[in-house]
Amino acid sequence: MIHYALIFAFACFGLALLMNLYRIIEAPGVGDRILALDTMVVNSIALLGLYGILRGTTVYFEASMLLAMTGFISTVAYTRFLLRGDIIE
Amino acid sequence: MELLAEILITASLVISGIFGFVGSYGLLKLPDPMTRLHAPTKATTLGVGGVLIASMLYFIVLGDGLSFHELLITLFLFLTAPITANFIAKTQLHRNVPMDDLPKTGTGRPWATYESDEARAEAEANRNP
Amino acid sequence: MSPAFLAHDEKGRTMKRGATMFRKILPHPWLTLLLVVVWQMMMNSISLGNLVLGLILGLAIPIITAPYWPNRPRLANLPMIIEYTLIVLWDIVVANVVVAMTVMFKRNRDMKPAWVAIPLDIRTPEAITVLAGTITMTPGTVSSDVSACGRSLLVHCLDAPDPNAVRDEIKERYERRLKEIFE
Repeated sequence: MIHYALIFAFACFGLALLMNLYRIIEAPGVGDRILALDTMVVNSIALLGLYGILRGTTVYFEASMLLAMTGFISTVAYTRFLLRGDIIE
Repeated sequence: MELLAEILITASLVISGIFGFVGSYGLLKLPDPMTRLHAPTKATTLGVGGVLIASMLYFIVLGDGLSFHELLITLFLFLTAPITANFIAKTQLHRNVPMDDLPKTGTGRPWATYESDEARAEAEANRNP
Repeated sequence: MSPAFLAHDEKGRTMKRGATMFRKILPHPWLTLLLVVVWQMMMNSISLGNLVLGLILGLAIPIITAPYWPNRPRLANLPMIIEYTLIVLWDIVVANVVVAMTVMFKRNRDMKPAWVAIPLDIRTPEAITVLAGTITMTPGTVSSDVSACGRSLLVHCLDAPDPNAVRDEIKERYERRLKEIFE
């Protein structure tokens, strides 16, 4: 039963990644592109966790933790460039 | 005991999948740039929290012991998701929303993204004569 | 007028003689405790070696970064902190379900987004940051901007038929408790 739930969760997050990719390509504004990129990072964290459950090992949570700790910095860098023209002043 | 744990793990996996899907679906469906900001930052964070609860239960049942890495990941996500939401909202304000659409602050100075560096230096100098 | 040869803390009060030594070793005691606990959680085991290494980091990092944090906020009220954390967690779970239903099933033209300006009673930057983070995490609202003097917070609501009700609820539920925690 866990196996079927895992396949369902993989399908949901995979579809979510595809929808984010569509939003990056077809964006009404630049804020939407930045938001879609950040959401792709969070979806990848979830997918890495799911893959760790599938393989029965906890080693993929190290990668998830690194992504969670530093994945927001790229979003902050993009938006600082848009707001101030310079990332580090 | 095994059956109870299995039911809990399945339920959290299904719920987290639904939340992850709804978060990104809202990114496509909602009409306005500011309303599009709400859906991914919140629903996706909760979806990842659900995956991590399921994995904690799974590894306890499997016998590898309690592991705190998942709690740390959820904590980091809860700390950094509001930061990204705030920055993207400020970008939207800066580019798309004229200053008159917003309610007034009630004090003498405007909202922080609309005030230029020179105006801020002048206001600081006037405040401490 | 207190004598000049005694030490003074950042608000100008006089400190006792032993207190300066304590201040030099542990500039931020709660941060030290937090670092030790988080290090244990990262290493995934509670053993003496991890505890020693956590203590070394917990002492070194606040001492090195002490010049960058001149004003410590005062965190006095522990039961209120626990109550606030539980309330925020409960709100996150419940209101996310509501927003998921809104996003999936409500038609686009039924939603009324609104901007709300909230006048603030709290003054310290840490308290305003915690309030803004809480407002963003509870669904339905995203905190967007703060006024240039720090007295007012701009919040965007997804679906608010009544903006005044949103403002009153935020002030009553979160800001009142934060005022008790931080002051």
